[in-house]
Amino acid sequence: MSTATEANGIEIRREREATEKTVFGFWVYLMTDCVLFASLFAVYAVIHGNTFGGPSGKDIFKLPYVLMETFALLTSSFTCGLAMLAAQRKAKRQVLFWLGVTFSLGLTFLCLELNEFHHLTSEGNSWRRSGFLSSYFTLVGTHGLHITFGLLWMAIMMIYIWKRGLTDTVRKRLTLLSLFWHFLDVIWIFIFTIVYLYGSIGL
Amino acid sequence: MTQFAFALLGRLSWSQFPQDAITRGGAAGIVLGLLFVLAVITYLRKWKWLWKEWFTTQDPKRIGVMYIIVALVMLLRGGSDAVLMRTQQAVSVGNNYGILNSNHFQQIASAHGTIMIFFVAMGLMFGIINLVLPLQIGARDVAFPFLNATSFWLFFAGMALVNSSLVIGDFSAAGWLSYPPLSELQYSPTVGVDYWIWSLQIAGVGSLLSGINFLVTVLRMRAPGMSLMKMPMFAWSVLGSMSLVAFAFPILTVTLALLALDRTIGTHFFTAGGGGNAMMYVNLIWAWGHPEVYILVLPAFGVYSEIVATYARKKLFGYTSMVWAIWIIVLLSFTVWLHHFFTMGAGSNVNAFFGIMTAVIAIPTGVKIFNWLFTMHRGRISFKSPMLWFMGFVVTFTIGGVAGVLMSVPIIDYQVHNSLFLVAHFHMMIVGGVLFGYFAALTYWFPKIFGFRLHEKLGTYAFWFWISGFLTAFIPLYILGFMGATRRLDHYSASLGWQPLFIVAGFGVVLIGIGVGFQVLQLVVSIWQRNERRDLSGDPWNGRTLEWSVPSPAPFYNFTKQPVVTDRDQFWVDKQSGKKRRTEYEDIVLPKNSGLSVAIAACAFMVGFGMIWHMYWLALLMLFGIITTLVVRSMNEEPEYVLTAREVEKLDHARIRKLKEYEAYQ
Repeated sequence: MSTATEANGIEIRREREATEKTVFGFWVYLMTDCVLFASLFAVYAVIHGNTFGGPSGKDIFKLPYVLMETFALLTSSFTCGLAMLAAQRKAKRQVLFWLGVTFSLGLTFLCLELNEFHHLTSEGNSWRRSGFLSSYFTLVGTHGLHITFGLLWMAIMMIYIWKRGLTDTVRKRLTLLSLFWHFLDVIWIFIFTIVYLYGSIGL
Repeated sequence: MTQFAFALLGRLSWSQFPQDAITRGGAAGIVLGLLFVLAVITYLRKWKWLWKEWFTTQDPKRIGVMYIIVALVMLLRGGSDAVLMRTQQAVSVGNNYGILNSNHFQQIASAHGTIMIFFVAMGLMFGIINLVLPLQIGARDVAFPFLNATSFWLFFAGMALVNSSLVIGDFSAAGWLSYPPLSELQYSPTVGVDYWIWSLQIAGVGSLLSGINFLVTVLRMRAPGMSLMKMPMFAWSVLGSMSLVAFAFPILTVTLALLALDRTIGTHFFTAGGGGNAMMYVNLIWAWGHPEVYILVLPAFGVYSEIVATYARKKLFGYTSMVWAIWIIVLLSFTVWLHHFFTMGAGSNVNAFFGIMTAVIAIPTGVKIFNWLFTMHRGRISFKSPMLWFMGFVVTFTIGGVAGVLMSVPIIDYQVHNSLFLVAHFHMMIVGGVLFGYFAALTYWFPKIFGFRLHEKLGTYAFWFWISGFLTAFIPLYILGFMGATRRLDHYSASLGWQPLFIVAGFGVVLIGIGVGFQVLQLVVSIWQRNERRDLSGDPWNGRTLEWSVPSPAPFYNFTKQPVVTDRDQFWVDKQSGKKRRTEYEDIVLPKNSGLSVAIAACAFMVGFGMIWHMYWLALLMLFGIITTLVVRSMNEEPEYVLTAREVEKLDHARIRKLKEYEAYQ
């Protein structure tokens, strides 16, 4: 009897160590992603003045619109947190509900961003126009691409939770997903500040 | 109709297959060689065995062996590029235009650099880390085995893509780092640069994932009791190197992606017009490129630390200072990138800063050299071939290092920039520092992985030919550099009087070639005589660290029971105190094999191929394939299995029986 409990204890400890290892590894991955964005920010900082006779940030950024995007994304981070709290309580339906809300807000953000891009390109201000626009589209677009993959991941997680319930594996992966989502939020705050706010005052 | 063909095949057409004799020869060689290998495997009916035991394996030792095989094959490929270049430069004087035309020569120069760094040096490095690191820190595996296998196969896909360029299309002629504006679409309209971009992008993602993996492995998987300051020096060097990978490789990913965007969708990052900035590329690529040098050399430093301590029978001198030296190098390696282009014209203050930082980085490196020498001092040194490689390294690395410090002075750099002096310098660092280290490592750890020792005498011959050939090939380049010979030169005037020195350099390559011949011979002879060369003790060199405490070849589960560590040279201390190896067994959790890594890499190869040839449907489809594979993988919640203590015991007894047979044989 006692050996069985002991074995069980070892099993639980091993499981916990494995989860901790995965979360740590994911953190390291996020830091490498952070370096990736840092490089893109550096590129933006170097060539955002190279407008080549085209528009500058001041001419094309519409702050109220970007504020809408920002609110959609920040709120989605909050609801993602609510989903995680529900996951800790193992309340499956609440998790699904809050993930659903997060997903819709993320999708809203993405559609707003695509609309902004479409608007810019249809006015002739595409990434081909100047070094500034190349770096703008690439920096903001890379964030958007991350959001797209995040949404895809979230959709798959929702199917898992719906089919299999909140198993240990699923909860571990939810932790990673929420880390990813919050990380993208932080990156967006930098984009909002450095690209849009500074850009609007012509810095 | 043509529109449809373009959508389907992009830029691919019959005219893209090789047209002239030398390229046709190369292409035919590579295709026939591949067909021959495939035919042999089929004839021997080894496909199933290969797939089950090797391609799908998650055992880091096997993955390491595959890395090393690929890297050694690529060493032959990159080496034949070097032979072609040396021949061209030895004969292409005055009215003689040599064996290669200009464009072909530039392609070969670019391919040589790309292959040697990304597919030889990186391959050997990750191979050896895979072989040794888990054993050395008392772990059974790396942190993420599936990721590890995927990294290898991405590396393989990148390698396959580089070599495809021999058969379909051409390779980049824009140098091994493809500086714009030359590498932009306007000046390099063929697929060459795209091959360069996508093969490095795919292999680079693999390296980044490996970096994360080994970082977590060192920090989270060490045996109980092994605090950081009790780690073997090799593990420290891997930790330093992998931290650099995590910081530097994302920059490479971005740089390559931006160049690809310039070439594919017409952005203006590095273009000459349109508001681009070509020097930004040069800054970005070296912000990755300089740390990359230390990524390659730090684990080699770790190898030397292990080898010197073992063959001098002394504990490593100045352990703590070695650790500090590693981390100072890691830090400083990000503050020197501008010394690759002092001539950019950033101004004297900027140049002075980077010049001083470059000179300063010689200090921690010097600390390491002196520590090794002090380790040898009054030791009982046995001059086995790994030790010879080490001593060759000290000589070449010091010559190359002094040349480096010389060039760290911006005013001197203005004189020798882009000259053969520089080429000689970095070959001294990378061949003498990195390659010699990994050759030493292969000889040193070979018995641990394969269970038998390499032929010592042939290894010694290989070393002497290598070192003499190497110095003969590169010392003239220092002199030629001073005489004004620039790099990537495919023709020069006879009046310059350079030819004799180029001929000497060419003769050096012949000597190196003989050295390589001896290495091949050494491998063949050793495999032939493997039964006489069996390592029955598991500790053929009187080693100090944990990997020598397990039998040779190391079993796939590494340790029957996870060791507990109390000292730095744990195994040495155990031997000194007369502690016997205990045979205890415990349940072991191991990853199941998976073919999905191969699937991901195959898709990644096709994504690259599609992007290179503008077959966008293919790239998209295969990207979807990668995502689907990942989803399939994530649905499997039980990727591991348990090997019970009883099964381990059975396997161990079978091993001991086999050992007795060999003993009788010997």
